[in-house]
Amino acid sequence: MKIALCIKQVPDSWAEKKMGADQRLDRASVDAVLNDLDEYAIESALTLVEANSPTGEAGEGSGHTITVISMGPERATEALRKALSMGADDAILVNDDALAGSDALATSKVLAAVIAEGGYDLVLCGTESTDARMSVIPAMLAERLGFAQLTFAGKVSVEGSNVKISRQTEFGVEEMSASLPVVVSVVEKINEPRYPSFKGIMASKKKPLVTKSLSDLGISASDVGSSAAWSSVKDSLPRPPRGAGIKVVDDGNAGTQLVAFLSERKLA
Amino acid sequence: MSNVLILVDSVSGKVSKSTAEIATFAKRIGDVTAVICSSDSAVLIPQLSVLSIDKTITCTGVEFEKLSTGAVAAALAAVVAKESPSAVLIASSARGKEIAGRLSVRIESGIITDAIDLDADLVATQSVFGGSTTVHSVVTHGTPIVTIRGNSIEAISGTGPSTHEEVAVSYDGDRAAVSSVAPAVKSGRPELTEASIIVSGGKGTDGNFTPVEELADALGGAVGASRAATDAGWYPHSFQVGQTGKTVSPQLYIAAGISGAIQHRAGMQTSKTIVAVNKDPEAPIFDVADFGIVGDLFTVLPQVRDGVNAKKA
Ligand SMILES: Cc1cc2nc3c(=O)[nH]c(=O)nc-3n(C[C@H](O)[C@H](O)[C@H](O)COP(=O)(O)OP(=O)(O)OC[C@H]3O[C@@H](n4cnc5c(N)ncnc54)[C@H](O)[C@@H]3O)c2cc1C
Ligand SMILES: Nc1ncnc2c1ncn2[C@@H]1O[C@H](COP(=O)(O)O)[C@@H](O)[C@H]1O
Repeated sequence: MKIALCIKQVPDSWAEKKMGADQRLDRASVDAVLNDLDEYAIESALTLVEANSPTGEAGEGSGHTITVISMGPERATEALRKALSMGADDAILVNDDALAGSDALATSKVLAAVIAEGGYDLVLCGTESTDARMSVIPAMLAERLGFAQLTFAGKVSVEGSNVKISRQTEFGVEEMSASLPVVVSVVEKINEPRYPSFKGIMASKKKPLVTKSLSDLGISASDVGSSAAWSSVKDSLPRPPRGAGIKVVDDGNAGTQLVAFLSERKLA
Repeated sequence: MSNVLILVDSVSGKVSKSTAEIATFAKRIGDVTAVICSSDSAVLIPQLSVLSIDKTITCTGVEFEKLSTGAVAAALAAVVAKESPSAVLIASSARGKEIAGRLSVRIESGIITDAIDLDADLVATQSVFGGSTTVHSVVTHGTPIVTIRGNSIEAISGTGPSTHEEVAVSYDGDRAAVSSVAPAVKSGRPELTEASIIVSGGKGTDGNFTPVEELADALGGAVGASRAATDAGWYPHSFQVGQTGKTVSPQLYIAAGISGAIQHRAGMQTSKTIVAVNKDPEAPIFDVADFGIVGDLFTVLPQVRDGVNAKKA
């Protein structure tokens, strides 16, 4: 397997977020971290390789490679380094000033170009970036690349060139399978991501991390970024904070007070 | 008069409530054509007769249930090419968003996901950053594709479709195949994302969901759970509310024994009325509650249940 692992650096979900004057998330004002849902994808990539490696380990000698890919600003290298320290083999950052403000369509176009160029046959993603929260990138990648789509996996295994997943949907628990090349996105129930070991952290410093620009990928700057976005924000307003609610300490009849409150609002 | 396509969403032969809701939004914009990509079309069409839908198009020739969402996106793209609609509206479920995403790549059109409102001029309203910011957006390229969150509107009824068409479609795309489906266990309660009332339990239930279920039943609502509760195996994962569970927006959300972590709030913060029952007066859930009770859920919930039942009697 030649695995492409897509990860994103996002604003810390605990930080208070606000819109900048350009109607985009003011990213400079908040701490950035690796999208926590992508850690599960990293762990999945490592366990899949370990399960299919003669040595039982990822890395050289496993017969498989894991390349972490991220599109984002320079500081997204921190997220890539973290994935390398967990055990991925090499990393690609796509960084270009023209990418600022890219929507999901442009992001998927760029990621698809990197994946096509590298000849990967298994693409692993998280299910959602905690900032964009669109959950559409994996499906868009499958559409662009013509790869089979196995998304929202709660379990994943690879045997030869056959990929199997099981997932929970509104229809029940579905078993799905497809032959490589495949795009898989994983949900957070799938595993417990490992912590980078000291050895892993030291080794990651020597692992290759290349930065690509749009021209390296043959993508025109006019096809990406905020000016090429196919949707635009007209305005954004902070929502008035919820009016301070009623808070009662139960002295034996708070439940009854709640019933009165609910019937006043015609909810009970 | 412009024409709007909506994708009919259904589970086990039953049209979802979200279909009635997106039809209501679509009617603001123009005539509504409901597209059916399901082998259940014969049982789905009669259910559309009370909705604000003018026409149905059933896509035939593909076994959608066995394929990935790429097949539905391809079918919709074929219908878009034929009908030239002014917009395509889809429910904002995980599946709906995938279909919308693939469709937007296929027909080279802009997409807006998770809208909570859509006006006649196709200006969409979204609630972002856990409900703290409201954004208005428009699609500026191609045929606007908008996915709409459940419970965003009170569905209106209509006279139903007067025209029915079939369109033969094909899919040569990805070969991901569904090999088996173990149907979800039906609880007899409303579907979580469709329910207008949800009572959720967390770690504070200590594994005993009885008071939560009994209150939900008294109110005719659905049961939800925090991740701490689903991780502990107290409730199935499909009932998890939050960032990695379902996003819900009911009229009433009651959180019992849930602290209100940001990942939980991300999935319920746009609920119209929020009630919290928690022993800890400092629990962050109280910051978003319209009515907070500092107390023990095992005494408060049964009292509420009895009060609600007494009012019904
Ligand atoms: C990547 C990621 C994704 C996540 N996604 C989700 C998600 O989708 N949904 C989600 O819910 N969480 C999610 N979480 C977990 C989240 O951070 C919290 O850990 C979780 O929501 C806590 O659940 P809880 O409130 O039930 O438990 P706790 O935080 O332990 O809170 C229990 C509360 O119950 C109260 N309590 C105890 N006994 C009683 C009693 N008898 N009566 C009344 N109150 C009582 C306590 O005071 C306490 O406030 C996610 C975390 C991560 C890292
Ligand atoms: N800029 C990016 N670079 C690399 N991977 C990304 C990027 N944005 C999204 N992804 C991947 O796509 C998944 C879904 O993200 P989203 O569609 O933005 O909610 C994430 O979990 C990542 O695996």
